[in-house]
Parts: sequence; C-alpha cells; structure tokens
Amino acid sequence: MATPVLDKVEAEAAASDHLITVTFRVRRFNPEVSADAVWEDFQLEIDPKERVLDGLHKIKWDVDGTLTFRRSCAHGICGSDAMRINGKNRLACKTLIKDINPEKPITVEPIKGLTVLKDLVVDMEPFFQAYRDVMPFLITKETNEPTRERLQSAEDRERFDDTTKCILCAACTSSCPVFWNDGQYFGPAAIVNAHRFIFDSRDEAAEQRLEILNDRDGVWRCRTTFNCTDACPRGIEVTKAIQEVKRALITRRF
Amino acid sequence: MSTTETTASGVGPVEGAPLFNVDNPAPLIEAPRKRTTKTPRSTRGNFEMAAWLFMRLSGVVLVVLVLGHLLIQLVLDGGVSKIGFAFVAGRWASPFWQVWDLLMLWLAMLHGANGLRTIINDYAERANTRLWLKGLLYTATVFTILLGSLVIFTFDPNIR
Repeated sequence: MATPVLDKVEAEAAASDHLITVTFRVRRFNPEVSADAVWEDFQLEIDPKERVLDGLHKIKWDVDGTLTFRRSCAHGICGSDAMRINGKNRLACKTLIKDINPEKPITVEPIKGLTVLKDLVVDMEPFFQAYRDVMPFLITKETNEPTRERLQSAEDRERFDDTTKCILCAACTSSCPVFWNDGQYFGPAAIVNAHRFIFDSRDEAAEQRLEILNDRDGVWRCRTTFNCTDACPRGIEVTKAIQEVKRALITRRF
Repeated sequence: MSTTETTASGVGPVEGAPLFNVDNPAPLIEAPRKRTTKTPRSTRGNFEMAAWLFMRLSGVVLVVLVLGHLLIQLVLDGGVSKIGFAFVAGRWASPFWQVWDLLMLWLAMLHGANGLRTIINDYAERANTRLWLKGLLYTATVFTILLGSLVIFTFDPNIR
C-alpha cells in the first residue's frame, strides 16, 4: 500500500491521548461470601464520552468477571440498568462519564429500598407486585370481542401522553423516601402506570384503579418530595401525575 | 476428578470461599411487599383521604386563627406585659373568643397529631415501635384536647 502510515508508537499515542483515568467505586455484595457490602475501587483508562455502562462492561470483561449487574438493550429503553450513580438514581446506559465529574471517584451502588441479591442486582419483585396491583392493562365493560379499532381523539391521547413513557426501571420508586421505609407504599412507578389508564378515554376501569390507590399505602402516602421527578430518566413529571390521581380521587368522591 | 466440590455451589474460587451450600443455604430476606398471612386483606377506605384533606383545610384556617391569636397576645396593646388573669377572663367573657380558642385548640391539636402520625408511619420501621409511639401520641392528644375544652367551658372568672 502506498498510503502513508503513521509511526506505530505515534498511532498508539494518538489513539489513547483522549483517554482519562477514572476511578469506579462500586458497591460489591456477595451473600455467599460475606453478609456485608463493601466498596471496591477500579481504575480504568476510558474515553470521557463513554457511558458509565461502558465502564462497568470494561470492569466485567477485562478486570473482574464476578461483577454482577443487569443490562439488556444498553440504550435507555429496556430499563434494566437503573443504579445509584454518584448518589443519584440514573440509567448507567444514559449517563456519560464526562457529565458526572470524572476527576473524583464515580460511585456506583444498587438502587435503594429493594433487597440486594448480588452487587448491583436487586430483587425487583416488590416493585412489580405493586405494578401488577394497579391492573396495568385495558379494561372495558363490553364482553364481546371488538369488531373495530377503539378510536381516540388527539386531545384524549395527549391527556396521558407523559405517563406512557415509563420503562419500569424503578429509578423513581427506589428514590422515594417513603418507599425506603417499609416498602408497603405503592411507589411512583405503579401510580404513573395507573395514571396512564385512569386518564385513558378508552379504558373503563378508572374507578377500580382509583379505589386501589385509595389504599392506606396508596397515593396519600406521597409527600411530594419530587425525588421521583428528578430521578426519572425519561423525564416524566411523576409527582404531577401522582397529584392528578389525588385530585381525581377527591373530585370524583365529592 | 472431584465433582462434589463444584456441584455443591455454583460459586467458583474467583469469588472467595463460599459460606453457604445446599445443606446450609444462605438466609432469605423477606421481600417488603410480599403477601404473608400477616398482611391485612384490605387496607382501603377513605380515612387516609380524609386525613390528607383535613391537613390542607385545617392548615388554611389555622393560619388565620394562629396569626390573629399571636397578634392580639403579643403585639397589640403593649404586648405580653398586658397578659394576666384579668386579660384572659375579659376575653373569654365573649363567646366569640371562646369559639376562636376552642377551634384553635381542636384544629391545632388534630393537625399536629395527624402530622406526627404520618411521621411515625414514615420513620418507625417495626410494628411494635409504631404501636407504642402512636399510643403515646393519641393519649397525649386526647388528654390535651379534653383538658383544654374543659377549661374553656368551665372557666369561672370569679374563682379565688
């Protein structure tokens, strides 16, 4: 080949001069080895434009294969890799390293309020139990199978548009201080998904869902701390949705 | 070839010595929202909604009652120095101030007690702690409301 080729050393330098050294401080927990969780530091050479998930991949693939975390699509849609990064609930696949001050160690912990199974993996069952409790599916009174599409106006669709964006990552529920206490509170995610059907003009079980959320551990345990709105990686106005459910409960009762 | 070691637990040497195996399984932590026999069948009802509404409504009324009370007691006509038995007796001669003070007593006590009830619900983790704290709270609330109401209704300005 006649094309000019860079000196090998120079090429390597050019390939790595945008890399920076970042410390990942990961909360490790293995119930089969110790009952206590510990912090473990990993030093990585990494491009600051990469994501926290890429850093975790580097650790798992090249440094320590026992690091355990959930991720599926790795592009902010499946909602499996919600974790507490630098003390804030985020999706590891949507958080760029340059955005969270790589000069200091980046702390990565499992989300709070749910039982940790190993490292960054938590038991999501209580979260999904609350989700199932609000009946997150279309309910209509007609018993026959529909013969045509259920039409809806653009305005009616707009009414609950915000809450259709939920990916069930649990970032909101596990950021809620009321949920941290005893986990009996339904949690923001379940209320958001109830909101999505309560305000859907095609659905006919709004009253049933409101009754479920009128529970002792339902919407009235919300303290409007806005942690959920801050944590949502999809930008859903979670606290607003909860307040709308409260208002619907009051206005439909009186 | 020793297969017994690896089949006992899926943990390899890279993760350290396993503490638990099939005969000695790791302890299970009960999931918070799990349905158990202790879980009440239904905790629905309008009580929490009524409590929530009461906090908002009583709060609005209390702003007027308490600020008015403080203004009369501490600012107007020479401030605290004027307060004495005669001053209280003079005010309670009018049913208007009797109702004002009674309303303030009941609303403030119930508002504060309900606020503390939600704080206990949010912060006390064990059922027994909750029970005792709430018992103490309700006792103190009922005692204060009853004593205060008794004084307002049976107040005798000619007592010696």
